[in-house]
Amino acid sequence: MNGASSSEGGPNNLLKESKRPKYTKFTQQELPACKPLLTPGWVMATFMVVGIVFIPIGVVTLLASNSVVEIVHRYDMDCLPPTLATKTDRVNWVQNSLVDHRCNVTLTVPKRMKRPVYVYYELTNFYQNHRRYVKSRNDQQLRGDSVTSLDSCKPLATGNGQPIVPCGLIAWSLFNDTFTFASGAGAIPVDNTGIAWKSDVDSKFGENVKPSNFPNNNSTGALGPIGGKALNANLPLKQDEDLIVWMRTAALPNFRKLWGKITDRDLEAGQVVNVQIANIYNTYSFKGSKKLVLSTTSWLGGKNSFLGIAYLTVGLICMFLALVFFLIHLKNPRPLGDTSYLSWNKKNSDRSRS
Amino acid sequence: MKRFVYINDRDRTPGHHCCNKVSNTKYNIFNFIPKNLWEQFSRFMNKYFLLIAILQLWPLITPVSPASTWGPLIVIFAVSATKEAWDDYGRYCSDKEFNEKIVWVVKKGVKTQIQAQEIEVGDLVWLYENDEIPCDVVLLGTSESVGLCYIETSAMDGETDLKTRVTPKPCVGLTSAELLTHKGVIECPEPDRDILRFDARLRLFPPFIDNDFHPLSIKNTLLQSCYLRNTEWACGVAVYTGNETKLGMSKGVAEPKLTAADAMLDKLTTAIFIFQVVVVLILGVAGNIWNNYEKNKVWYLRFPKQSEWYDFFVIPLRFELLCSIMIPISVKVSLDLAKSVYSKYIDWDLHMYDQQTNTPAVAANTAISEDLGQIEYILTDKTGTLTENVMLFKRCCIHGVYYGNESGDALTDQGLKDALLEKVPEVVKFMLIMTVNNTVVPHLSGNGSLKYQAQSQDEEALVQAAAQLHMVLSSKKGTFVELNFLGDILEFEMLNVLDFTSDRKRMSVVVRDHSTGRLHLLTKGADETIFRIVRAGEPVQQVADAIDQYSQLGLRTLCFAWRDLDEQEYTSWAITFNEASASMTERESKIADACQLLERDLELLGASAVEDKLQDAVPDTIASLRKAGINFWLLTGDKQTTAIQIALACNFIRAEPEGQLLSIQGSTSNDVAASIERVLEILRIRSSESKDVAFVIDGFTLELALKYEREAFTELALLIKTALCCRVTPSQKAELVGLVKSCDYRTLAIGDGGNDVKMIQEAHVGVGISGREGLQAARAADYSFGKFKFLKRLILVHGRYSYNRTAFLAQYSIYKSLVICFVQILFSFLSGVSGTSLFNSLSLMAYNVVYTSIPVMVTSLLDKDLLEKTVMEHPEILYFAQAGRLINPSTFACWFIRSIFHAIVVFVVTVRVYAYDKCEMVEMSMVALSGCIWLQAFLVLIETNSFTVCQYLAVWGNVVIFYVLNFILSLSKHAGMHTIMFRVCGDPAYWFSLLLIVVAGIGPLAAIKYYRSTYSPNAINMLQLLERQDPIAVSLEASESSSSSARAVSRTNSSHGSVYEPLLPESLKSGIAVASSDNFLSEVSSSDFLPFSPNSRTPLLNHAMNNNK
Repeated sequence: MNGASSSEGGPNNLLKESKRPKYTKFTQQELPACKPLLTPGWVMATFMVVGIVFIPIGVVTLLASNSVVEIVHRYDMDCLPPTLATKTDRVNWVQNSLVDHRCNVTLTVPKRMKRPVYVYYELTNFYQNHRRYVKSRNDQQLRGDSVTSLDSCKPLATGNGQPIVPCGLIAWSLFNDTFTFASGAGAIPVDNTGIAWKSDVDSKFGENVKPSNFPNNNSTGALGPIGGKALNANLPLKQDEDLIVWMRTAALPNFRKLWGKITDRDLEAGQVVNVQIANIYNTYSFKGSKKLVLSTTSWLGGKNSFLGIAYLTVGLICMFLALVFFLIHLKNPRPLGDTSYLSWNKKNSDRSRS
Repeated sequence: MKRFVYINDRDRTPGHHCCNKVSNTKYNIFNFIPKNLWEQFSRFMNKYFLLIAILQLWPLITPVSPASTWGPLIVIFAVSATKEAWDDYGRYCSDKEFNEKIVWVVKKGVKTQIQAQEIEVGDLVWLYENDEIPCDVVLLGTSESVGLCYIETSAMDGETDLKTRVTPKPCVGLTSAELLTHKGVIECPEPDRDILRFDARLRLFPPFIDNDFHPLSIKNTLLQSCYLRNTEWACGVAVYTGNETKLGMSKGVAEPKLTAADAMLDKLTTAIFIFQVVVVLILGVAGNIWNNYEKNKVWYLRFPKQSEWYDFFVIPLRFELLCSIMIPISVKVSLDLAKSVYSKYIDWDLHMYDQQTNTPAVAANTAISEDLGQIEYILTDKTGTLTENVMLFKRCCIHGVYYGNESGDALTDQGLKDALLEKVPEVVKFMLIMTVNNTVVPHLSGNGSLKYQAQSQDEEALVQAAAQLHMVLSSKKGTFVELNFLGDILEFEMLNVLDFTSDRKRMSVVVRDHSTGRLHLLTKGADETIFRIVRAGEPVQQVADAIDQYSQLGLRTLCFAWRDLDEQEYTSWAITFNEASASMTERESKIADACQLLERDLELLGASAVEDKLQDAVPDTIASLRKAGINFWLLTGDKQTTAIQIALACNFIRAEPEGQLLSIQGSTSNDVAASIERVLEILRIRSSESKDVAFVIDGFTLELALKYEREAFTELALLIKTALCCRVTPSQKAELVGLVKSCDYRTLAIGDGGNDVKMIQEAHVGVGISGREGLQAARAADYSFGKFKFLKRLILVHGRYSYNRTAFLAQYSIYKSLVICFVQILFSFLSGVSGTSLFNSLSLMAYNVVYTSIPVMVTSLLDKDLLEKTVMEHPEILYFAQAGRLINPSTFACWFIRSIFHAIVVFVVTVRVYAYDKCEMVEMSMVALSGCIWLQAFLVLIETNSFTVCQYLAVWGNVVIFYVLNFILSLSKHAGMHTIMFRVCGDPAYWFSLLLIVVAGIGPLAAIKYYRSTYSPNAINMLQLLERQDPIAVSLEASESSSSSARAVSRTNSSHGSVYEPLLPESLKSGIAVASSDNFLSEVSSSDFLPFSPNSRTPLLNHAMNNNK
């Protein structure tokens, strides 16, 4: 471009300072670039490969999920006197501390369950992720650091002018149903240590923080209404793993929380497990259900067939698309870069014909 | 109002004038913060962010920590405030330097040194060579005996040639001692901004005998910021000081130009804002319903029994805050950053560097480069823009004799040389007018050779030509002109100059021949004005024929006329003329009337023709840009025939049968209306035909058309793709730009001279050619470069890339914010519509600023959908950039749907995989966030057309940064994310989820993109495939496909050097019809043949457009 003018400009440049921009690949926008295109071969191959990779993954994850043995038993209705028909009756019954809330449930093990067998409780329609709820805690207090403000715990920040420890709605509404397992004559011990995240035990809950002024601990209700479980006033929070598990709030309204582990034995297929449940926790107000879950785990976690099904579906769709694209391509091959397809050239030739 | 300035007399000059302190600063220390904040908050976006930030201070409603908005907001404000402060400080420093400069001033008859800022009106300022002039001064004396001095005005109008300034007559010859003490008064108007006018008068007080009022004009002034050159000293009285000087008054902040994409982005932002309000209201109502319904049931939430008055608003406001990132705070910042790099690309471009004049392209406006890609109309000046503005005297016709017709160059015409040797009186008179009637200043340069300094290229060409024919303008001292004609010295005194104005279109001088003592009037000017004032019986037709012939060749013509004056007539006229010149009101028209008195009964000598060559590659550039669907209007001050010839020569219009030129003429409004109606009718009838129709109109008709037939003319302007407007004034040019602009087209105005400044400022994009007519246009322009041909690259390469990239960056920025916002909204349905944020404050803040900004930024700086070469060869592709085709509601809808789709994919996969025992909140939020980040990375990859190493680094580096940052955060015991990242990454389900999210999110997009690009491809896809092929094949194909442009190139080459020649034979016969036929349609035809190429917007790419979306 500059060729024509360079001869005239030459001597001039010697005298004047040249304002010619410097050449770099970046400033001239000439960085070497590769321009991948969605060519038929490439696209078909990619979709095929994705399909080929996804289907085995789907199979493997599905197998993993199926290898998990799980017993789910909903007990909130079973453990209710059948005479209680209305919500109000049920709530009154469950909140009445004078009534015996115990009930017995029989579970049959469908398949051999290798230890450790995890015991979960599952709540549905319980909004641990509600805005009022998630914020209603004070991590400084739980850790035992000096507390700047308990505002986030309101309305359960203080009672009788004293700070509530642990404060807030989460701790106050701690799940308090209990389960006792037995098989035949012997009891099955359930280990409820080591169920919380180790990092939580280590660094989020303090060694010297003990419950005090806690409303649930005062059965007269002098410190306010009773929510969930009463806390052992002598047990440091660090050791109360049920509380620690509970305070890891769930993101979904249906969630399972680990209650304990059966570590000393496998459960054999056909074995009958008797569970005595103390049905104290109120889910009747909000029509939530309570379930008891016994489950083994796989390398992928608990029973959840979503990943397997999703992988299989996506993999099959990919292979199907690859096939469809292939058929379309066979039927309608399009030459690469034919300029006669360019509309302005097309228009041009149309016009010249007419 | 008038201002009286008493020379050398501080006591009498009223003291209320401002001192000479120049101030260009916008702020001072005290008003900086409030004023700057006020300016920043006048923008809608900033108001919005401030509102959000304030709402976040209310802990009851804020989902995240207020820092997530305050932080970025403060940073952005601080950055732009710092930039403003820095710029202002720079201005303050340069002002200070100017103000504190030491100058010599006469106080009470004694020369003293003071600071420039202490000068007061009425002070006598003493200047030495190369001094910068500190204020507007009326020249009173110079070191030169004839009262001349030279100044350089480059700071004012960018012109580097020296201008002469003269002392007023009464002051000529004053000694420096007299200057120190003399007194007088100057009566001048209040300060104004017109740098070409100074209608004032001067009276010296006794003991000077000549104490009548004497007229002053701009020629007697030295304006602030000019430099005194080639003059030992000069002195003058300060009349305007400080910010009241001509320069100070004309300083003004130009309105920032808003690009189409900016405007569209603002609209989209508003739309999103409305959408956001709707979402907020719906969710707010839903949340309140949930609360009312569930309040007494969900005991564990312990809703207060009594509700507060503000409860109803709390939930909507929470959602407002939750959704506030829909409008990302970062979009403006990243756009500004990207655009400034785009403009740097223009500065850096070697292909747009003009070696001949050592001018690189300059992008003065860094914010509008994407508008270049959307240009639909180009309005161009002719002289100096399309042509080189190197004037060469080529032909003349004196007394009916044509010189230079055979050889093509009058300078080598033996006949002319012989006539001069024989001193044929007409020829000598003709030459005298060429030499004397001008403003050219001869200089003896160091090595003894004569150099001419001229403000007009035409005049310089005439003087140069005369010099080569041995009539040399050897010196000009004041009013004394000395010529060297074939060895004889001729001396003339120039008594009066009857200046050229755009109304008069002629210039005359009254001279006294020293050898004979006789008076002559020498006149030159445009043919139509000269023909009106020649005496009866002159061979007007003969000269008109010559002029027609010359303009057929595209030459610029001038008529020359002469008159001998008698002493008596002159003396009485001179009094009238001087009165007019000294008048304080309507001076210009009074002078014009006075001139008219003398300019009559002239003897018509002949006409000269000056050639102005077409610039390199102009026809090719115009052809390419027209193929790109850009319509061209030529706005020129030249005459119609010349304009038509130039237009034909540079592909502007086509000759029959491909093109048709319609003429709009009329001398009354009715004529014009009828003429426009006729043309419109023809256009409507012929709209189906594949002809290039253009119209031509002259300035006078245009004036009437714009005044009385604006609507019809606008309709015409929209129907027609090419227009030639001849004899138009600068303000008419600007008005035409405004007309096209008002029809919602993107306009680009390109010009090179001061007369184009108005139109350049008016257009959406103004381009200046830094040419020979000075830098005035280039300074006012948004872009400037050395040659017209660079326009093609500026629009096709820089404009198109900038627009593509801006469109991507802007829409992507909103898309990514929408994705995370939709995830939040989906989550709110699972959290009791309570406005819980799934993500923590830190992640939200970092998401827009850190996690997702780098890849898209790098991509939008480097991505190229097509190679530069391909775009230059297929300019039609610009279609996809025009009329906002890449960023508009429908393209945005695609991004919007995509964001919803991606949010759903991320959310569903996360929620389903992390169900039951895994649904811990912090963990899940990390999974969802990672899902978004990975999707973004792959989306950028799939949207990128060309990969450089930088893009790979940015995309994958960004993912690495994400993990590194989160691992670091996971290490901190006190952050809410303690150990989370380690837990999550150790779980195979996490990686399976991510893979699933990416494939499910990107797969459909890729499939659709592939299907579209293969089975209903648009032109871009096809060209991309073409590029893929063997490079040799590309160029072969390309040259075939763009055969018309190839021909245009070859044509340029073949006719190189004598551009107009091939047009001559045919066009002479038919072309003249245009000029003579009155207000009727006429058609120009020529032997020049070019195949039709579709360059209209309508037929172009219809097919591809349908496939585009």
